Amino acid sequence: MDSQHLNPSSLKSRFTARFLRALIKINAQKPISSSSPREIFQRYRRIKVAADKSMAYSVRSRRTWSRATLWKLRSRSRRLLASSGRRSSIKTRTTTTTTATTTSTNHRAAIVEKTSHEKENKEDHVGLAVQAEELRELVPGGESMDLCNLLDETAHYIKCLTTQVQVMKKIANLYSLE
Amino acid sequence: MSSQRSTSSNKITDDELNALILRLQTLLPQLDQSRHGRVSAAKVLNEICSYIRRLQKEVDGLSGRLSQCLDSMDLTGFDAEI
Repeated sequence: MDSQHLNPSSLKSRFTARFLRALIKINAQKPISSSSPREIFQRYRRIKVAADKSMAYSVRSRRTWSRATLWKLRSRSRRLLASSGRRSSIKTRTTTTTTATTTSTNHRAAIVEKTSHEKENKEDHVGLAVQAEELRELVPGGESMDLCNLLDETAHYIKCLTTQVQVMKKIANLYSLE
Repeated sequence: MSSQRSTSSNKITDDELNALILRLQTLLPQLDQSRHGRVSAAKVLNEICSYIRRLQKEVDGLSGRLSQCLDSMDLTGFDAEI
């Protein structure tokens, strides 16, 4: 269907393969009574994590944002396993975008110091300080990047996000029609 | 990472910054250069933030859709379709 996809080593191919494998696993895990809202919600959470993880893995550790995503996901699953032993506590987290700034405890002290230093050093680019801060919260790992790296990582992150959306949309469309 | 390393951000030249901003602008379909020409860096970053939020929301929405239809999915023999 999509001739661009035939390259097996492309980001799109790598992501698609990983994500499909994850979906198969999630599909296999569902219990007999699989249509309760709670079950569907848990499945939604797992699928979202699988999508983000698949993309980050496909990029591997070549990028700061992908490393940050993998670190975040791993430390969260470790925490969940340690505290409750059951994944049902996931439902208290409805967004993952805010966790970039709240869960990176290793970086927290460094972040506060760093951002105040960077704001002082940004006399040349004062007009961008506010937007840059906003961007830091959106791009995984953004809080520890200087402006140059932040803009570079952002470009790559956006390319990967659009690929992710493209593939997920295709899969969803494929199975809504059946 | 020591905070001293952040000083590299005030060494970034205007040219470097403009090049990075321009590259981001090309990723934004709504700020197509042929129609808008040069756009301020602040505006590009604003649009970039909105765009990222929109994409992340789309991922969320698509995850929801997939969780709904996972019931009826036959996930074997997939690759040929995609």
